[in-house]
Amino acid sequence: MNNVLVPLPVVLPLLAAGVRLALGPRITRVQRGISVAVLLSIVVIAAVLVYQTDRYGPQTMDPGGWPAPIGVMLVVDRLSALILLVSSVIVLAVIVYAIGQGAADNDEVTPLAIFHPAYLILVAGVADTFMAGDLFNLYVGFEILLTASYVLITIGGTGARVRAGMTYIVVSLLSSVVFLLAIGLCYAATGTLTMAQLAVRLDALPDDVRLVLQLALLVGFGIKAAVFPLSAWLPDSYPTTPAPITALFAGLLTKVGVYAMIRTQTLLFPGSNLTTLLLVAAALTMLVGILGAVAQTDIKRLLSFTLVSHIGFMVFGIGLASRAGLAGAIFYVAHHITVQTTLFLVTGLVERRGGSTSIERLGGLARLSPLLAVLFFIPAMNLAGIPPLSGFLGKLGLLRAGVEAGTPLAYTLVGVSVLTSLLTLYAVCWVWNRAFWGDRSKVPEPGQIIRTREGLGGTAIVAAAYPGSMAGTTLALVGFATAFTVVAGPLVTYTDRAAAELLERTPYVTAVLP
Amino acid sequence: MTGPNVILLATVTVLVATGVFLMLERSLTRIIVGVILLGNGVNLFILAAGGPTGRPPLLGFSSVSAISDPLPQIMILTAIVITLALVAFLLALAHRSRQLTGDDEVRDDEEDRRVIARVERELARDRLREQAERVRRIQAEEGRRAGWRAWRGLRSTARGERRDFRRRMREEWERQMAADDPERAMDTTMGEDVQ
Repeated sequence: MNNVLVPLPVVLPLLAAGVRLALGPRITRVQRGISVAVLLSIVVIAAVLVYQTDRYGPQTMDPGGWPAPIGVMLVVDRLSALILLVSSVIVLAVIVYAIGQGAADNDEVTPLAIFHPAYLILVAGVADTFMAGDLFNLYVGFEILLTASYVLITIGGTGARVRAGMTYIVVSLLSSVVFLLAIGLCYAATGTLTMAQLAVRLDALPDDVRLVLQLALLVGFGIKAAVFPLSAWLPDSYPTTPAPITALFAGLLTKVGVYAMIRTQTLLFPGSNLTTLLLVAAALTMLVGILGAVAQTDIKRLLSFTLVSHIGFMVFGIGLASRAGLAGAIFYVAHHITVQTTLFLVTGLVERRGGSTSIERLGGLARLSPLLAVLFFIPAMNLAGIPPLSGFLGKLGLLRAGVEAGTPLAYTLVGVSVLTSLLTLYAVCWVWNRAFWGDRSKVPEPGQIIRTREGLGGTAIVAAAYPGSMAGTTLALVGFATAFTVVAGPLVTYTDRAAAELLERTPYVTAVLP
Repeated sequence: MTGPNVILLATVTVLVATGVFLMLERSLTRIIVGVILLGNGVNLFILAAGGPTGRPPLLGFSSVSAISDPLPQIMILTAIVITLALVAFLLALAHRSRQLTGDDEVRDDEEDRRVIARVERELARDRLREQAERVRRIQAEEGRRAGWRAWRGLRSTARGERRDFRRRMREEWERQMAADDPERAMDTTMGEDVQ
C-alpha cells in the first residue's frame, strides 16, 4: 500500500535546497518564493496525511522499491501525522518571519545563500525523523537535521556563536554516537532494524538484554530531548542564535527527541520496567528547569530554561505509559511546539524594539508598543497554563492521567507539575512586570546601536517599528496557538485515538509488514 | 570464528576508551580526534554485530548461506560519510575559533563563568578579612604604631586585589567583544585571506 504523499515532506525541501544552492545568491525574490511555496505545500500534504491516517490507518511508502523488512520504509501514523502538521505550520511561519527580518536587516545576520538551504535541509531531516520506519533511517534523519542545525547555530561565525556551537555540536555528536551504538546493539540482538519487526522480535529477548537496549536508546534520545541530567547544553547554546533560528530549534529539535522516545517506548518496549526512572527524570527536569529559569535575567535564557522544564511534562506522559498519559503527552507536544516558538519570535521583536533581551535594560514596553505586549502576554499565559488556553488543556490532560494512574509516584508528579506551572507563571509574570511595565526611559531611542554585554553576542539596532511580516507571522502563530482551544474537542479525541493506536501496536506492525 | 571477533571487540574497546578520553579535553582539535576514534570504534562494533565473515555479498556469485551480512556494511558506510562531514565542519569551526580568539578552546558557558567570577570575588574578600583580623591582632599586641603600618599594607593589598579583579573582568569582556566583532577579529591573526 504505497502512498505517494508520504515521502514528499522529505523530498520536496531537499530538492528545493538543491535548486537554491544551484541558483546561488541571485534573484532573491524567486529564491524566497521557492522556500515559502515548498513549505506551504508541506503544510497541505501534512494536513491530507492527518486525514488519511485518521481515516484509513497508518500510511506507508517504500522509496527503494523493496518490501518492508529488507527495504527502508517510511511510515506515517496518527502521532507522526499530527506532529508533522504542527511542525510544518511552525516551519512555514518561521521562514516568513526570517525573510521579514532579513529584509529589514539587509541580511547581515543571516546570509540568505546559506540560511535558506540549511533551513530546508533541516525541515527535510525533521520530516524524515517523524516518518522513519526503521531505526537506522531515524538515525539518518537525526543526522540530516543536526548537520543543518550546526550550520544554523554558528551562522555568521561570531565569537559567541562559535563558542555556543562548539558545545552544542560536541554534545549532539556524542548523543548520535550513543544512538548508533544502540543501533548496533539492536542489530546484534535481533538481526533487524525495521521497527515493526523489532517490535515482534524484542518481545522474545531476555529481560536484561532488552533493558540494555532500552537504556542505550533512552540516553541517546534523552540528550536530544534535553531531559534533566542530560539537559545542561540547551540553555547555553540556544540563546546566542538569531531569533528565528532559536525559535525553530526550541520548537522542533527537542520535540524530535521526545517523538523518538514516544515511538520507541510504545512500539519497542511496551510494559517496560523503566517507567519509574522516566517519571523521576520528568520530575527533576521540570523542577531543575524552572528553578533555572527563575534565576535568569535574560529573556532568551529564561525561555530556554522553561523549554527544558516543560520537556518534563511530555516525559511525564511517556512515563505513565497509559492511554490517557500518552494522549496528554501528544497533545502537549503539539501545544508546546507552537507556544515555545511563538515566545521566541516575540522575544525577537522585543530585541528589535528594546535593543536587548536583558531584563535590566528593558521597561515600559507595554506603553511603547501595545501590539508587542499583547503578542507576548497571550503565549506567556498559554505557557504557564491559564485556563482557556491550550497550555491549561494539555496540563489538565496530563494531571488527569496522573491521578488515574493513582500510584504515589504519579501523585508526586501531579504535585510537581502544578508547582512547575505556578513557577512558570511566576517567571513570565516577572518578565512582564520588568520589561513591559515600569520605567520607560530605560529603552533607548529608535536608531541607536546597542552592544549587549551579557555575552549573548553581537549588536542590535533599535527600531521603532517591525516589518509587517515579522509582526504578522507572530500574530498568526499566536492565533494558531489559541486555535488549539477552539478545536480542543476534536484534537483531544484525535490524540486519544493516536495514543490507543500506539498502545495497540498491531495497526503499525501490520501496515509495515502486511 | 570467535578469534577475529574478540580482536575486533578489543579494538572497539580501545578506540572507544581513547575517544571518550579525548572528548573530555578542552581543545577542540583533540575533541575532533576523539570524535573520529569514537566513531570508528562504534563502526567496528556494528561490523562485529553483523556476525561471522563470509563470502562477498554479491547476488549470484555464491550461495546465500555462505555470504556475509551486507546490512552492517551499508550502515557503516553511511556512518563514515556522516562522521567525515561533521569532522570537516568541526575543523572549520576550530579554525574559525582560532581566528577569533587565538585558540580553539571550548570555553565554559556563561553561567559557569559567572559562578567562577563570584567565587573569585568571595575568595578575595575572605583573604582581606583574614588580613584585617591580623592587623587588629598586631594592633592589640604591639601598639598603635605597628598596627597603623600593617593597616597601610592591608589597604594597598586590597587595592591590588580589586585592581586585579577588575583587570581580569575587563580582559574577559574585551576578548568577548573582539570575538563578537567579525571585522575586528578577522585582521587580528591572519590578515584578509579568509572569509
